[in-house]
Amino acid sequence: MFKIVRDSWLIFGSALRTHLREPAWVFFGLFQPVCYMLLFAPLLKNLVGVPGFPTGGAYNVFTPGLMMMMAIFGTGFAGFAVIGQLREGVIERLRVTPVSRLAMMIGMISVALLTLLVQTLLLLVLGLILGFRPDAAGMILLILLELVGGLVMASCSYAVALALKDEGSLAAAVNLVALPLLLLSGIMLPLSLAPDILKNIAKANPLAYAVDGSRALVNGHLGDVAVYQGFIIFAVLAVLALYWVTSAVRKAAM
Amino acid sequence: MAMIETHKLTKTFKARKNTVEAVRGVDLEVRENEIFGFMGPNGAGKTTTMRMLSTLLDPTGGQATVCGYDLRRESEKIRKQIGYVGQKGGAEPKETGRENLVLQGRLYGMSKAEADKRASELISRLDLDTFADRLIKTYSGGQRRRLDIAMGMMHRPRLLILDEPTTGLDPQSRARIWDEVRRLRAEGMTIFLTTHYMDEADSLCDRLAIIDNGKIVGEDTPNALKQQIAGDIITLGLNMQNGTGAKVKETLGAQPFLRELQETDNGLQLYVERGEEVLPDVLRLLDHNGTRIRTVTLARPTLEDVFLRLTGRSLREEQSA
Repeated sequence: MFKIVRDSWLIFGSALRTHLREPAWVFFGLFQPVCYMLLFAPLLKNLVGVPGFPTGGAYNVFTPGLMMMMAIFGTGFAGFAVIGQLREGVIERLRVTPVSRLAMMIGMISVALLTLLVQTLLLLVLGLILGFRPDAAGMILLILLELVGGLVMASCSYAVALALKDEGSLAAAVNLVALPLLLLSGIMLPLSLAPDILKNIAKANPLAYAVDGSRALVNGHLGDVAVYQGFIIFAVLAVLALYWVTSAVRKAAM
Repeated sequence: MAMIETHKLTKTFKARKNTVEAVRGVDLEVRENEIFGFMGPNGAGKTTTMRMLSTLLDPTGGQATVCGYDLRRESEKIRKQIGYVGQKGGAEPKETGRENLVLQGRLYGMSKAEADKRASELISRLDLDTFADRLIKTYSGGQRRRLDIAMGMMHRPRLLILDEPTTGLDPQSRARIWDEVRRLRAEGMTIFLTTHYMDEADSLCDRLAIIDNGKIVGEDTPNALKQQIAGDIITLGLNMQNGTGAKVKETLGAQPFLRELQETDNGLQLYVERGEEVLPDVLRLLDHNGTRIRTVTLARPTLEDVFLRLTGRSLREEQSA
């Protein structure tokens, strides 16, 4: 156990150092959510009060969803980093050392999660300026839920990257999975406005539960069933995704 | 004790419906404290064998021990004992040489202070001082290779595995790497390396193995391998299109001095005894039967000839391939 923590920390330190040498990442990752916040959220203002629209005001409905979107899309591309490393022989070199395979992945993925956290805090500041009014305890739990979601997606992204070994294919794969997940999660417009058929399909979408949970959290309903569902689903997926990516790196070769 | 010992080591890959037998029963013995060279044409199974021995790839069959540990069951223990420098090196390009070295040491369990000290030691030993604190992606080929080797030495392994350590380097950089490899052996390390260069195999390696089609076709000291080709080699440059080969074979086949005759793309190689005495006879006989000879050379056998005889391919073709 000590070895896993130590190895994760060492790999994290190195991955963070290389990441910080290309500081463009924060801004690229943040550009999309900021656009949504400034150019899309205002459109929702006129929907407040429409039957079926959740309570809490436009920004309280949209901001938590946007955070989930960053967890899915932002970290979905985290696997790009590993393709370069695979090509340069970095992964192979690490695989000959006694480093724990799980720690190797946790260390690398943690950088994507740290990036997500920084972006979330910046978005939160923007949201507060515009009129987002979250419950404080709920907000902390929401960030935690977002990070667990990011862990799921980043792990999957790394696992797929290790299998496909090509940036173009990875981008296509992420879009293929993330876009339907996103549209069927109620992030853009609440699913309560959706026809029954979409509502039923969305029941199979883990992200939809997390989005419901996240809206309950910002409004201070910490004990809402959607909160439990969101955390449990993401936690189970996180364990499975970590297992997947660790077995992928055990065999990784260019 | 043998540092590497393999018995019928095999690896087959399954790609859709095809199975490729990359390594078909390799028996190798690398002894303690020697420089062991591993050669073979491209696709002969060289890299696959190396990747198995460095725990990157699971064997399909056979047995192997590395540093006395079983390759299948004790790979964790093997990893602590070996240093591996792949063809691409594997240093992180966006970090400095020193950062790479320190991380490498720490992954083998060294404390920060120990790793810093060892990194500084290797930086001065391998003359990396002027560029150790620059990002790897700014390094020249020779600088990069020296750093790669320092990475492999960081945890003082008993066995160092080098995959084509000098490929693509200028003569000066190659010489520095040879010196370092010899120095490591003098200090008690065992080195297992692959190479495409005959001079490297000949002057650097204590023993050699040649692999072809997934099997070892020769394993011995460079001198003993050369002595397998008794006598001298006459290389005839001929126009091979119009059945010349068969005609020459017929003429020379019956001669008592001929030990072996091999066709190449642009002529023939004759393995003969007392080449300088035989050469005039060869020319006279061929002149009689009307064969047009373009070039003639007479040579003592080199490792290049050993390679050619064992694999049917010349190393020079391999390099350009």
